Amino acid sequence: MADLSCDFVGIKSPNPFWLASAPPTDKEYNVRRAYEAGWGGVVWKTLGEDGAPVVNVNGPRYGAIYGADRRLLGLNNIELITDRPLEVNLREITTVKRDYPDRALVVSLMVPCEENAWRRILARVEETGTDGVELNFGCPHGMSERGMGSAVGQVPEYVEMVTRWCKQMTRMPVIVKLTPNITDIRLASRAAHKGGADAVSLINTINSITSVDLDLMAPEPTIDGKGTHGGYCGPAVKPIALNMVSEIARDPATRGLPISGIGGVTTWKDAAEFMALGAGNVQVCTAAMTYGFRIVQEMIAGLSDWMDRKGHARLENFVGMAVPNVTDWQYLNLNYIAKAQIDAETCIKCGRCYAACEDTSHQAIEMTADRSFVVKDEECVACNLCIDVCPVEGCIEMRQLAPGEIDPRTGMEVPASYANWTTHPNNPGRKSAAEQGLE
Amino acid sequence: MANSPLTPGVVPGRLQPDDYTRNFADKAPPLTAHEAAVAADRCYFCHDAPCVTACPTAIDIPLFIREIATGAPAAAARTIFEQNILGGMCARVCPTEQLCEEACVRMTAEARPVEIGRLQRFATDTLMTREGHPFVRAAPTGRRIAVVGAGPAGLACAHRLAMKGHEVQLFDARPKAGGLNEYGIAAYKTVNDYAQAEVAWLMGIGGIAVTNGKALGRDMTLDELRAGHDAVFLAIGLGGVNALRAEGEDKAQVVDAVDFIARLRQAEDLSTIPVGRHVVVIGGGMTAVDAAVQSKLLGAESVTMVYRRDRAAMSASEEEQHLASSKGVRIVTGAAPLRLLGEGAVEAVEFAYTRETDTGLELTDETFRIRADQVFKAIGQKLEGAPEGIALSGRKIAVTGPGRTSLPLVWAGGDCATGGDDLTVTAVAEGRDAAEDIHATLMAEG
Ligand SMILES: Cc1cc2nc3c(=O)[nH]c(=O)nc-3n(C[C@H](O)[C@H](O)[C@H](O)COP(=O)(O)OP(=O)(O)OC[C@H]3O[C@@H](n4cnc5c(N)ncnc54)[C@H](O)[C@@H]3O)c2cc1C
Ligand SMILES: Cc1cc2nc3c(=O)[nH]c(=O)nc-3n(C[C@H](O)[C@H](O)[C@H](O)COP(=O)(O)O)c2cc1C
Ligand code: SF4
Ligand code: SF4
Ligand code: SF4
Repeated sequence: MADLSCDFVGIKSPNPFWLASAPPTDKEYNVRRAYEAGWGGVVWKTLGEDGAPVVNVNGPRYGAIYGADRRLLGLNNIELITDRPLEVNLREITTVKRDYPDRALVVSLMVPCEENAWRRILARVEETGTDGVELNFGCPHGMSERGMGSAVGQVPEYVEMVTRWCKQMTRMPVIVKLTPNITDIRLASRAAHKGGADAVSLINTINSITSVDLDLMAPEPTIDGKGTHGGYCGPAVKPIALNMVSEIARDPATRGLPISGIGGVTTWKDAAEFMALGAGNVQVCTAAMTYGFRIVQEMIAGLSDWMDRKGHARLENFVGMAVPNVTDWQYLNLNYIAKAQIDAETCIKCGRCYAACEDTSHQAIEMTADRSFVVKDEECVACNLCIDVCPVEGCIEMRQLAPGEIDPRTGMEVPASYANWTTHPNNPGRKSAAEQGLE
Repeated sequence: MANSPLTPGVVPGRLQPDDYTRNFADKAPPLTAHEAAVAADRCYFCHDAPCVTACPTAIDIPLFIREIATGAPAAAARTIFEQNILGGMCARVCPTEQLCEEACVRMTAEARPVEIGRLQRFATDTLMTREGHPFVRAAPTGRRIAVVGAGPAGLACAHRLAMKGHEVQLFDARPKAGGLNEYGIAAYKTVNDYAQAEVAWLMGIGGIAVTNGKALGRDMTLDELRAGHDAVFLAIGLGGVNALRAEGEDKAQVVDAVDFIARLRQAEDLSTIPVGRHVVVIGGGMTAVDAAVQSKLLGAESVTMVYRRDRAAMSASEEEQHLASSKGVRIVTGAAPLRLLGEGAVEAVEFAYTRETDTGLELTDETFRIRADQVFKAIGQKLEGAPEGIALSGRKIAVTGPGRTSLPLVWAGGDCATGGDDLTVTAVAEGRDAAEDIHATLMAEG
């Protein structure tokens, strides 16, 4: 049995599955039940300054995007940070941490960009005995209008400044949670790194309007006829989050900076993917909000099963393993040639591959009168669209042409060597072999 | 003492009032909006979809299901009605397991098709209850066309012609329009007087004058119709019934299944319909199944369906056979009636087992008897009252292409004409296609 125990910036948890700072972690009742269900750690719902707590809207605060059978694919929210009094949260954090010493407990924080505000809150959080803090520089709605959340995360200088303050003020590990609402995520992670962050976590939610109520002519969720942009999360944001995690993992300026992967993690497989791209653990919000706490059991069993199959005894064995294989387009091997191949046995003859290739791709699929579908190798560019639209998994596969084979599309022999755009004859800025250092 | 299933003879009221309501309730109740959304999600929106090819009226199934899935059921209904104006009835009566749903790629994928029929009903019901008639008539052409027979073929033809701006006179021998939709289809497939509601809705196009109680051959001749109209469409269905040619066929309580069913369909109160304690139905088609099942639902103690060949040769689909079995109908195959026994009224039927040979079906010497105080003959309908001078092929009116008969400007379609499968949906397709051809022919004449 694989060992799932996790050490993230010195914070230990029995597994790498943490609940992200959000409604599931808003109070003692939830967090106790989450731990009982098996979650390895929790980032407590973001705390604000002492005093009158923030208020939330009293109408709908979520919007959703669905796939087939109303499977929730994307969730949008306009909720603010915790709306419960600070001292109540702190008291609960203290007792929960005391009762669950083996689980990770990190407290998320968001206070105005003033040194004293951060000093005050950090001192009080430290008293709870919690394992660390996460700086919420990501919330894209409401709080950002007040100069907090993503309003900070979008300005690298602020990120660096606040991180530095916090590192000076506390002995607790400091995780900086980044906003994806920025053109280059690396500017923010570099700033956090410079400020001395122990880790970054990402992504927080993405600016979004999920839908428009066509009767009210207002964005949803609609409050008294008006709506506002919210933060988008759930399975739909996973590709964006994966890319941002990989960009930071590849960035020489922050090499080795621990990453907590967040955004659309719904199954063990999503978690494994984030970790393969360099995340030391993952945080989950929407999946828990959709299915409840019990999903962590599937995540634990699935990850452990996969690790056993692959022979990974511990998480460290595969964390970051896919990072070296993330490269720039210009370095992709243009001599790698494949062709789609349809398995007539499993094909159900729906014709979707044909419609897709014929109408929008390369007219490379032949449809016979009796509805057999065959790829025309002389037209197929291996774009993958047919595989993406086929309802039967594994029915269409890519077959790599072996070196020496003739590509019927070009009439040329498949070269055995690797060659990329940087040396391609069509590239006006191509490098000679010598410049490439190949000679 | 009230009657019960055990009361001897042929009597009405074998059941309690609630039983009738329950037994004759909708066989496939309508989908709720949620069920429809879930069912619609399963459609793959196939290219050149095999379900469409398998539909005799070629409804654009992936398109209408997508319209349901995207919350536009009225648009879905228009997609259906453009091809099949009786799409509502077809949704209820089509043997989908032999048509569109059999061809659905989900059958190959997981042996469970998209529920096309029920989705079609969802869409058509939605439009019919929400809106009036969805089509608008073209400007009048000044042409007059006579349509004889107001069953599915006649109705589909009349509607399409009226839509094109022609003036249609629709004649039917029966007191109500609808043909077998009104007098034949099993009661539990078309509850709440749907056939009449559908006819009324269809007439919303305007330009169709219906005359009931007027029979071709009795009240008018084809020549008269031809003289008074620019074209004639014959859709008189199959009014005759094949004889058993077994000894004792003339005994009391030996009746045509279609007559029993017609009476049942017209009954205000099902408890007034007499049914035998022991019922035997002879035949293996949809009519036989419907007579057998409905006898059972009326409270017959035992119902046996006897068919001369094997199950695979039965024209009733596997699903229909399952329905019969599930209602407690015993199905005996490979036996043919020799004679009907009884003093006055029938008391039993003697059958001989049959054997398939190279030269056809043969009776064997092995015989058996089944008790029966009511026998329904359901061994097929035949054309009756074809107008003189029109060429027949086999036992039906000969047609070529879209229903052209041997007589100029006379078209025919539905069960009375050659081709087709004697289904509601093929009758609709033939009526529609004949209308298009009539329109093209008349308009080309200038
Ligand atoms: C008991 C039974 C159950 C069936 N169940 C199904 C089913 O579940 N699904 C399915 O798809 N199909 C079913 N069918 C078959 C289907 O009903 C027919 O194929 C379809 O109705 C044929 O349509 P039509 O318009 O050709 O003829 P019909 O529906 O028979 O209509 C013919 C019309 O012409 C009229 N007519 C006849 N002679 C004259 C005349 N001389 N002058 C004026 N009018 C005349 C009749 O009164 C009738 O209204 C069933 C048939 C029967 C008998
Ligand atoms: C309703 C809601 C409230 C949230 N509140 C917070 C918050 O207070 N602090 C924070 O750092 N992130 C907050 N988030 C963001 C999540 O922690 C997480 O970063 C994001 O939802 C992406 O992960 P997911 O795809 O697993 O949901 C919230 C998300 C949701 C849906
Ligand atoms: S890979 Fe692309 S080009 Fe090749 S058959 Fe599939 S869709 Fe067509
Ligand atoms: S999409 Fe897949 S299942 Fe459908 S026809 Fe193409 S190969 Fe067959
Ligand atoms: S065959 Fe089935 S899945 Fe394909 S379009 Fe028709 S109903 Fe949809």
